[in-house]
Amino acid sequence: MKVRILVSLKESVLDPQGQTVRNALHTLGYLQVKDVRQGKVFEIELEGLSRAEAEKMIPEIADRVLANPIIEKFSWEVLEA
Amino acid sequence: MKFGVVVFPGSNCDYDTFHVLQNVMGQETVFLWHKEHNLQGVDCVVLPGGFSYGDYLRSGAIARFSPIMREVKKFADSGGLVLGICNGFQILLEAGLLPGAMLRNKNLKFLCQQVYIRIENNRTAFSNAGRRGQVLKIPIAHFDGNYYAPPELLSDLEKNRQIVFRYCDQNGKLSQEANVNGSVNNIAGLINRQGNVLGMMPHPERASEKILGSEDGKIIFRSMIDYLEKKKGSGKKKAVRAFRPAVSPLPPLIGTF
Repeated sequence: MKVRILVSLKESVLDPQGQTVRNALHTLGYLQVKDVRQGKVFEIELEGLSRAEAEKMIPEIADRVLANPIIEKFSWEVLEA
Repeated sequence: MKFGVVVFPGSNCDYDTFHVLQNVMGQETVFLWHKEHNLQGVDCVVLPGGFSYGDYLRSGAIARFSPIMREVKKFADSGGLVLGICNGFQILLEAGLLPGAMLRNKNLKFLCQQVYIRIENNRTAFSNAGRRGQVLKIPIAHFDGNYYAPPELLSDLEKNRQIVFRYCDQNGKLSQEANVNGSVNNIAGLINRQGNVLGMMPHPERASEKILGSEDGKIIFRSMIDYLEKKKGSGKKKAVRAFRPAVSPLPPLIGTF
């Protein structure tokens, strides 16, 4: 089973990297780009787990390790069952 | 007093910290390898600066799972003194021994420079040898030192006087220019609620000898030693003061990553 986890800064936290990317895009003329938020992607391969077990484990490891819940949020999706 | 300097793969201020504690401050000092489960009876644990585990994932995020961190947490929970410098501060935040988190510096640059910090609270185990309002010149060297705390936590930190150091200018004035990394409320160092764990981004071990341009960092180490000596009682004070080894070579580091 293959899972993709997306970790990014919470809306309440300033993202200077995202802002820098947005400014660069503006310089290039892409003025329609209103905002950019930067994050991290993790692609994780799992084995020996049922779908239900995976759905329990993924948020757990995202919360404990992959994201810092004080500043970051996460979402995830199954790429391959 | 006996100090333990924890060594993670990627620590790079471990020897500087060891040198200052042993040769400048005259304290018995040992290295504590990150795979160890034993703190060797130290009175104080120091988590030094560096880039533990290459700062992969987030600064300090992997180091917090090192075997020795379980012992450090137990030690802190039972009131032991723990000092985290730079990456050590980041590890303490990730480990939950201090509240809040670090963001990338506001200008997205690695900052390696002298800064001034002001002692906000000198009634702590880490700042009692200084005066409130005293300005210290101590260097920083970090990419992720932009301290962040959600509004509610921030007001708790202020209310409980947990902010020990703030970035300021040479005259002790707080300003956005002096707040080089963008930390909320100019926070450069803070203490836990119990007062036995301190994290700071500036490097006191790099400002403890005249030849390096500042000796202000000694105030932090002196405070800790005085605090520990007082806590242990005056009987032991003389014996401890007597431990002043000549400058000696540092022990080699043996271990596998």
